[in-house]
Amino acid sequence: MARTVQDLMRFATVGSVDDGKSTLIGRLLVDTRQLFDDQLDAVVQASAKRGVGDLDLSFVTDGLRAEREQGITIDVAYRYSSSPSRKFVIADCPGHVQYTRNMATGASTADVALVVIDVAAGLKEQTRRHLCIAALLGVRHVIVAANKMDTCGWDQEIFERVAADVRAFSETVGFHEVLVIPVSALHGDNVVDPSAVAAWYNGPTVLSALENAPLGSRGSADTGARLPIQWVLRQNGGGRTYAGMVAGGTLRPGDTVTLLPQNVTTTLRAIHTLREDLTEAFDSMSVDLDLADETDAGRGDLIATAPLPRVATEFEATLCWFSDAPLRPGSRWRLKHTTRSTPARIESIGGLLALDSLTSGPADSFANNDIGFVTIRTAQPICIDDYLDNRVTGSFVLVDEVSNITVAAGMIGRPHFSTL
Amino acid sequence: MSTSNNTRDEIHSLDYLESHAVFILREVAAECERPVLLFSGGKDSAVLLHLASKAFAPQGIPFPILHVDTGHNFPEVLAYRDAQAARYGAQLLVARVQDSIDQGKVPNPGLFGMRNRLQTVTLLDAITENKFDAAFGGARRDEDKARAKERVLSFRDSFGQWDPRQQRPELWHLYQGKVNSGEHLRAFPLSDWTELDVWTYIQQENIILPEIYFAHERDVFLRDSMWLSTNEFVELRADEVPERRTVRYRTVGDASCTGAVLSTASTLSEIITEVSTTNVSERGATRADDKFSETAMEDRKREGYF
Repeated sequence: MARTVQDLMRFATVGSVDDGKSTLIGRLLVDTRQLFDDQLDAVVQASAKRGVGDLDLSFVTDGLRAEREQGITIDVAYRYSSSPSRKFVIADCPGHVQYTRNMATGASTADVALVVIDVAAGLKEQTRRHLCIAALLGVRHVIVAANKMDTCGWDQEIFERVAADVRAFSETVGFHEVLVIPVSALHGDNVVDPSAVAAWYNGPTVLSALENAPLGSRGSADTGARLPIQWVLRQNGGGRTYAGMVAGGTLRPGDTVTLLPQNVTTTLRAIHTLREDLTEAFDSMSVDLDLADETDAGRGDLIATAPLPRVATEFEATLCWFSDAPLRPGSRWRLKHTTRSTPARIESIGGLLALDSLTSGPADSFANNDIGFVTIRTAQPICIDDYLDNRVTGSFVLVDEVSNITVAAGMIGRPHFSTL
Repeated sequence: MSTSNNTRDEIHSLDYLESHAVFILREVAAECERPVLLFSGGKDSAVLLHLASKAFAPQGIPFPILHVDTGHNFPEVLAYRDAQAARYGAQLLVARVQDSIDQGKVPNPGLFGMRNRLQTVTLLDAITENKFDAAFGGARRDEDKARAKERVLSFRDSFGQWDPRQQRPELWHLYQGKVNSGEHLRAFPLSDWTELDVWTYIQQENIILPEIYFAHERDVFLRDSMWLSTNEFVELRADEVPERRTVRYRTVGDASCTGAVLSTASTLSEIITEVSTTNVSERGATRADDKFSETAMEDRKREGYF
């Protein structure tokens, strides 16, 4: 049998609680016949048991007991769907503000954000928060489902008003040419099958928009190739190679590479993989690199090609704060960046992002779910790119040293919002 | 990611999945003190063991593999387990549910009682006794609605429990594997693989599987709309009549509660065709213990099950 030649796209649903994200994903999976008969039967039975009608589509992804009791999504559900050319990894994210950390978990690896808005309710603060986080996390492309069109009689004026609001906000956070689709997830209009009700809409359905969306995350200039070393492999007969996953750029045998933070320059002799030697390695590939010179390198170091990253112990970053305890200047954390962990301290707070105006205002601390700007100092140097240039060398997490819980998602630099 | 012409546009889905699984294996092996790989002899753990061997080649796999043995085994699977451990040069540990029963740690289920749920105690005891701080499992999110919710690195408290309402944030691929003494992680490198991905990969890599995955003749009987094999662990009820049918297994589990499916697929290509067109999910077709309640898997997982 021939190898599959599908590509793989990850998308996340974002938007406020009760606007219909899970129902939309349920509809998408049911109408593309991606649910097995027994799974569909189980959803029908669960719906009957809880007295929520014949088929509560949100139960397709809301699989936890507490979620079904409350009718909300608490944590991300991952579902899989596939078309002849594309495999989809779907992250159905919670909308509730209390579970923003789980939404960020789902969106951090997404190529596309599928924004779901209840047209009757309009653009809510929580939807703005999610769009803002999706933009900060480098999601490349957004598709907007203006949902519950059936509740406003498929009124084109209401649709256009919401579409204009969401387009304006999206533009500010850097999403351009945003496609807004009038949808009824409940009845299946414009999800997989075009709606017969809205004659005024001739655009694509949600499914065809997803099938045609571009892959990969946003990036600007070429930052060069990056490979954070995960593991040193000792080869038979002596010698060592450096294993890791390529994070942006392209590596070829013969390339001049620099080992950081040691700042030792050498030549890339060969690229081994799990299967064969390569003439070229690129993003998302697990490889091991054979370098021409014996070097003292190990886990946490970085192999890079020019233009090189900065080697820094102090830098500015954007933080999404996920802890009930407030973040204060001077606090100490463990910072994990690529494959390196180091003690770190918040030197100062540079501002708090206001979600309505998307401007930065003064702040002494961050509360749970706040987004803001900080200066961080690390005990050991780390090799960083701006997040907008590289999603791997530009990202880090802060971890509580006692409980080991992740308390913040960090992105090097500031976002390119037109209001900042 | 930096420029559009050298990104994932060029990496196909199966290569992407393989590459990420290897990345996860290496991260956990590097960050945890004493990892272990849970090996049931089923197809998913066969893929996991194969990936572990690739991730650290030419060196050996830097952690042992653990079989939690319910005592209700398909004989082919035990032979397969030992052969695979030898083939990959892996150190095999076996934790026996029978020992937990003999020591009075779990109630004796009787000769024909189901032992699947009892495995949790045996598994958690083995983790505690060996001071394991991470256990790799072959579970996939497409198997079940509770598994669909679980992180790649899933935290277990000192009682081995999973709390689905308090999962750690897991951003990007910054897998964060630190735990305190007595706590541990479950690590699922195959999280984003589907059943079809697993079979396609097995074919691509020529991974050897137990023979019961391929169509064969067997004495089976129908119970709760599932084809169970007659064997020493199953007591026939009055209305159950065994018949000789051509079947294969879609999953390998406890022999007293794992169902076979009627199938003539005897090669990997035929199985891939069958899996691509089936209308019934893997666990729905083969696992009696998932049918007890709406949240059977979530309930077992909260207790510390695989």
